[in-house]
Amino acid sequence: MSTIRARTAPAAALMLGVLLLLACAAFSIAYGLMDIRLSTIYEALTGFNASPEHYIVRTVRLPRALIAATVGAALAVAGAIMQALTRNPLAAPGVLGINAGASLAVVAAMFLLNTASLSVYAWFAFLGAALAAVLVYSLGSLGRGGMTPLKLTVAGAALTALFSSITQGLMVLNERTLDEMRFWMAGSVAGRDMTLFLQVLPFLGAGLLGAFVMGKQITTLSLGEDVARGLGQRTGWIKAGAALIVVLLAGSAVAVAGPISFIGLAVPHIARKIVGTDYRWILPLSAVLGGILLLLADIGARAVLRPQEVAVGIMTALLGAPFFIALARQGVKKT
Amino acid sequence: MRKAVTLRRGPLSFQINLRVIGVLLGLLAVTLGVMIINMGLGEFPIAPVDVLKTVLGLGTGEYDFIVGTLRLPRNFVAFFVGGGLALSGAILQGLTRNPLAAPDVIGITHGANLGAVAVLILAPTAPLIALPGAAIGGALAAATITYTLAWKGGTAPIRLILVGMGIASALQALTTLLLTHGNVIVVSQAMVWITGSVYGRSWEHLARLLPWLVVAIPAALLLARHANALQLGDDIARGLGARVERNRGLLLAISVILAGAAVATCGAVGFVGLMAPHIARQLVGPSQGGLFPVATVAGGLILVTADMLGRTLFAPIEVPAGVITAAVGAPYFLWLLFRSRNA
Repeated sequence: MSTIRARTAPAAALMLGVLLLLACAAFSIAYGLMDIRLSTIYEALTGFNASPEHYIVRTVRLPRALIAATVGAALAVAGAIMQALTRNPLAAPGVLGINAGASLAVVAAMFLLNTASLSVYAWFAFLGAALAAVLVYSLGSLGRGGMTPLKLTVAGAALTALFSSITQGLMVLNERTLDEMRFWMAGSVAGRDMTLFLQVLPFLGAGLLGAFVMGKQITTLSLGEDVARGLGQRTGWIKAGAALIVVLLAGSAVAVAGPISFIGLAVPHIARKIVGTDYRWILPLSAVLGGILLLLADIGARAVLRPQEVAVGIMTALLGAPFFIALARQGVKKT
Repeated sequence: MRKAVTLRRGPLSFQINLRVIGVLLGLLAVTLGVMIINMGLGEFPIAPVDVLKTVLGLGTGEYDFIVGTLRLPRNFVAFFVGGGLALSGAILQGLTRNPLAAPDVIGITHGANLGAVAVLILAPTAPLIALPGAAIGGALAAATITYTLAWKGGTAPIRLILVGMGIASALQALTTLLLTHGNVIVVSQAMVWITGSVYGRSWEHLARLLPWLVVAIPAALLLARHANALQLGDDIARGLGARVERNRGLLLAISVILAGAAVATCGAVGFVGLMAPHIARQLVGPSQGGLFPVATVAGGLILVTADMLGRTLFAPIEVPAGVITAAVGAPYFLWLLFRSRNA
């Protein structure tokens, strides 16, 4: 009996989340300078008749909502895995420099190769994310006592400062790079190319799928490396696999939407509040909640300065700072 | 031979290490040398001897304009801005007992950036004086918010750093908001500001910078003794009779004023506040009384050198000094992270 109940509660939460996600997506498509009725949206998807409303839904609003939901999911799952892996409540792609590394790689590619091809960016985003992940992890676990949350967080802040100052340097040296990249650097899901999204989608999907499959192993790992090893887990492989997933997810998110913070930090905490410590539930729920949160942030970004838009990355950063500070005040263990 | 001389008068106590004096004189000599070379280089090269003569007023008057009006103030500004940033970093590193703390990690610079960028983009017609004012105001506001939010029956150094990082990211987001909404020409000016440059700095800039330093640097030196106690940890410092929170607050305020004034003059030159204190520690050890002045001069030397490299490496294109300090500072920083692995 108790096992059944233990599974029905998280499953119900997940179902509810999916419904909410769909509702947010519908609202995101309907809301804008030109409000579109839900029935029109349905018609546009089933029987396209090339009217302006249908055109807007298909080419502008739908891709935007899809990208927001997927990027949000990817960032949230990446954050959840990072928090489990490092046992650090402050871990997230934005905090530990992964986003900054991917951004630097993209700006450097733009500056050096002089190309405007977005698909090239995606590869550089992966490369940058991977390099940053390796760097922050090795720097955070150097020395006596191995990796501690504090060391890792400070190493992440340090790397972020480093990457962004180099990015700034490149943008100062080249005005064209600056003009094209400043919007991308802010993090946004507006006006993104559907082809780029479809190009990145296989990697993103593989990352999400891999994360869900590894839920059990990640739960074990979140108990600590010694415990996991004692339970017979080959922690080296699991960690490497989890790190690869983080790089895939964070890299593709940055490639599509630019650096977006907060989602990866906050969502796993909310998910843990709802379903406890089992990552088989935390990871899918994080994905759903991440999608919801980024959709809402994007709707907010369209609403605050109407008719102008704010980049959604700015919205999430402003929401995220108080959350981060509250977590920091709660206390990060020194060891 | 005695290694140090101790001066005591009333509540003041000051230990002067002879090694510190030697190192300081050496660094100052090197700085002067670099300055003279830097003043000779450029579109219109001047022999170092002529530079020296012009500066000392013995010249023919031929170079008075180029050296006296253009290149000399620029070098002085670079030196003092570098010094201010370095001392600010040295104080913060001692205060937080963390070798990676610097004004550009815990949000002070970000506050100054936001203030300056807001003036540049929202009020491009504002008088020149508004820019440094907004920068200092931003730095102070950022530090005040950080300090207040980190307060939880006292300010633990870890909380100070982490909360500062959170504030930094929020301020960064607001700056980005302004950068995405401005006209690209203004934005490109703002980016140069954020990166930090000493281009075109004049006597006027120096005159506005110096009053802050004249107050803050001696104050920092007077508090060096308390900074030493704080480095031992809050409990030991309290056991030694130090008023931990008061001293930490005062030192933090001095550090903010230094960083704010420096950023207000030249923009957010990165990594100087991080590098200089480490170099100083290698030279004279961790005692703050010697560390503070040596770090100041080392920071000045770093920025003057960075300016020289920025002007000459890709001539005739001038690279902002901040790009040079970031390019040198970044690898140094990685090495630091590696070296402090057992901290």
